[in-house]
Amino acid sequence: MFDIASAAVEAALAAGARYADARVMLRRSEMMSAQNGDVEALRQSEGSGLGVRALLGSSWGFSATTELDSVAARRTGTQAAETARASTAVPGPQLDLAPIPVVTDHWESGCVEDPLAVSLAVKGDLLVGVTGGMHRAGAPVAQASYQIWDTEKWLVTSEGSRISQRIRECGAEMSATAVGEAETQRRSYPGIGGQYGTEGWELVRRLDLPGNADRVAAEAQALLAAPECPAGVTDLILGGEQMALQIHESVGHAIELDRILGWEAAFAGSSWLDLNRLGTLRYGSDLMNVTADATLPGALGSFGYDDEGTPAQSVPIVVDGIWVGVLSGRDTAAIAGVPAGGMVRGDGFNRLPMVRMTNVGLLPGDSSLTEMIGATDNGILMDTNRSWSIDDKRLNFQFGCEIGWEIRHGKRGRMLRNPTYTGVGPRFWASMDMVGGPDEWVFYGTANCGKGQPMQVGHTGHPAVPARFHGVRVGVRG
Amino acid sequence: MNPLDACDRVLDLVRATAGDTAEAQVTVTTGTSALTRFANSFIHQNVVDNSVDLTVKVTIDGQSASATATGAESEALGRAVRAAVEASRVQPPDPAWPGLAPPSGPAPAGSWDEQTAAATPAVRAGLVAEFVQAVAGLEAAGYCETTALQAAYANTAGQRLEGRSSTATLDGIARAPASDGSARQMSAAVGDLRGADAGAAAARLARSGTDPIDLEPGSYEVVLGPGCVGDLMLFLGFYGFNGRAVAEGRSFAQVGEARFDPSVSIWDDATGLGAVGLPFDAEGTAKRRVDFVADGTICGLAHDRRTAAAAGVQSTGHAIEGGESFGGVPSSLFLRPDAATAEDLVGRMEHGLLVTDFWYTRVLDPRTLVTTGLTRNGVFLVENGHVVRPVGNLRFTQSYVEALAPGNVLGIASDAQLTPMFFGTCTAPTIHLASWHFTGGASG
Repeated sequence: MFDIASAAVEAALAAGARYADARVMLRRSEMMSAQNGDVEALRQSEGSGLGVRALLGSSWGFSATTELDSVAARRTGTQAAETARASTAVPGPQLDLAPIPVVTDHWESGCVEDPLAVSLAVKGDLLVGVTGGMHRAGAPVAQASYQIWDTEKWLVTSEGSRISQRIRECGAEMSATAVGEAETQRRSYPGIGGQYGTEGWELVRRLDLPGNADRVAAEAQALLAAPECPAGVTDLILGGEQMALQIHESVGHAIELDRILGWEAAFAGSSWLDLNRLGTLRYGSDLMNVTADATLPGALGSFGYDDEGTPAQSVPIVVDGIWVGVLSGRDTAAIAGVPAGGMVRGDGFNRLPMVRMTNVGLLPGDSSLTEMIGATDNGILMDTNRSWSIDDKRLNFQFGCEIGWEIRHGKRGRMLRNPTYTGVGPRFWASMDMVGGPDEWVFYGTANCGKGQPMQVGHTGHPAVPARFHGVRVGVRG
Repeated sequence: MNPLDACDRVLDLVRATAGDTAEAQVTVTTGTSALTRFANSFIHQNVVDNSVDLTVKVTIDGQSASATATGAESEALGRAVRAAVEASRVQPPDPAWPGLAPPSGPAPAGSWDEQTAAATPAVRAGLVAEFVQAVAGLEAAGYCETTALQAAYANTAGQRLEGRSSTATLDGIARAPASDGSARQMSAAVGDLRGADAGAAAARLARSGTDPIDLEPGSYEVVLGPGCVGDLMLFLGFYGFNGRAVAEGRSFAQVGEARFDPSVSIWDDATGLGAVGLPFDAEGTAKRRVDFVADGTICGLAHDRRTAAAAGVQSTGHAIEGGESFGGVPSSLFLRPDAATAEDLVGRMEHGLLVTDFWYTRVLDPRTLVTTGLTRNGVFLVENGHVVRPVGNLRFTQSYVEALAPGNVLGIASDAQLTPMFFGTCTAPTIHLASWHFTGGASG
């Protein structure tokens, strides 16, 4: 595979590129879904191909093919350079690449139980069992699914790096939907879209879907009769799963350097962050400490090297509430004058690698969910994301959760349905006054982060703990 | 490579591997998708993807499994077939397996343009250059995309379909210091795109948004541009007219109910005039016009073969690849235009807002279709029929069903515009609504 990638790089250079890299990628994947005790879909996929980037002057070109032979590789390398040449018709300012070491290496993620080797019968029985159980427990619509990805990559750069990697990822989810007179209510476990990591099937076993099925079905039904989340301003405690979403949307995307530089302005939007204030801007309270750490074992955003060949690293993003770091690739880092962050990945061989979150997470504090509830006289606890919306500068957000509970005089009270909250990023984070401790630190994984054109689906990790926020507007309704 | 030949090779492999009693269906899609992105008024990303994608689904004694592959060489086809056959044999029987699509006539001709299929990076760069030049003095960002796909479907029941589709899209914004303006063009033919016109329109909008005021949240009369209306149509189609969601009680829609204003008619038609997209679905059902709302009354739903069989009707051709859990999903929606111009609709508004685009909309409850999102690329206060000044972006929380309820639709314009959506396309005009619920300003 290295030879095919090398042929593509050589062809791109011969066609005029001043830098080129090529990635051969083989990805095997599997997904199964079930509803109400029946398997509805089983799909096994195998995709392979070559993607080539070429830099000509200050302009990039990218080309991809499914043909894996040296002739097609040279043709694709040439096409990447020719596409870059077309880009020079509307050129940008001078573009440099932040330096990275030249590396020859192989890296693999940890995996105890190869998820693709686990029998389909075992995996099918799991989904049939939990969806049948939730359905029998009263859920009109009970769904569950798992997904597995086994990805091998071979990267060659014109600077001399030759890096191979094998990354295995998997995870699962289940949900129960209750249908009322005028609305539906859903409970999910372990969260909306599921929980994923760079681990083997041991991750799915650890989730213990069967052990949570009855609770999930009962809570969905109970929500139909629960009182509506009241509207007002109150103290808000977020569970860990919702905190992961909060971090993803209002920190993770905001610190992407391509957004900050305006490269995503027309589609995904830009960012409220101004590079001139890197190192001085207050992002949140003193309790806010965020890192982007691609080295966390088992987390979904972990790898050995990014798709430019930059080694995985842990980058401080917010320290004691002050914004200190960004997510970057080699070109964006050079523009901003920061070291290459190693955060560039592509969704498949045929997608241009771009700045993506690694594991952007909140470091634990010294409190706990129990202590937060006990210290709250009047508030609401919300968990498990149901809806998410944030403006194109990543400031104004409105999130809905599946479930809420009233907090009165230090105790968790009645269940609340349709809980929502809204705020503006830095004001919200500035109000964070209690943060869960290391025992509650979970590496949540988001396997459906959309970005880019053509759309790419990224896998990102979000270590998170429960936290409390003061004076938050809740109960927004249409 | 001829996609139909590749389908036949796969079906032969299935028969050789699993015998003549195995049921199988295969889709092969090949072609080129190319996209040129620009930001800060220069091209910063420029990609070309030459792809071959294959999906085969095998059903043996009611047990089904699917496999996908990239590439059409014999080895890849063989691995995909073996994977599907072996996996199907260990699957539990599928009690709702609806069987394969029966033979039908040829699919309608898809939208196709040779010039678009042959479009080079230089053609796309030229359109971008026109857009960038037309916003002179402002910053430009957006993309120009051309796609040309050929596809075939065949199954062991004898259904064989071929189709092809090309699209060309130019979608961009002009960025003034405190406001953006957008413009988008989409067609089957790249020759229809006018970079300079799009750039000029975006620049006009951006410049008119300078110095916006903040507005108190509340319910306002609104005129919504085609981009906003496309968002309404997308969610109504995905969550509402979805036959599976209706069967499971997750949709508001009930056939025969007059849930919408009599001025509202909605349908899906990938074969319609000006539409783009392949002329058959993932299960080999040919596309055709399917009406969902006629004069305000719900009159039809989107089905794949599974939900159609359960409902005792025919598939409407809305199966999507990998969409077993979703059911039928419309991909070429239309809202019936009327005679007014967009300017007429604004002229009738005494006090309200003119909204260009929506952004980051999400459904809070699929049954009520209460949705939150923000405005983008231009919001303007209208007084006594005239735009009086720009307004800062607003957050809304609004039921999309109630937005089109009887009495709330005050007017529909004639300016229906083909718009690329997150999934598929929508051809929708500007509309005038009596009430839209804004719940806050974007600045908090």
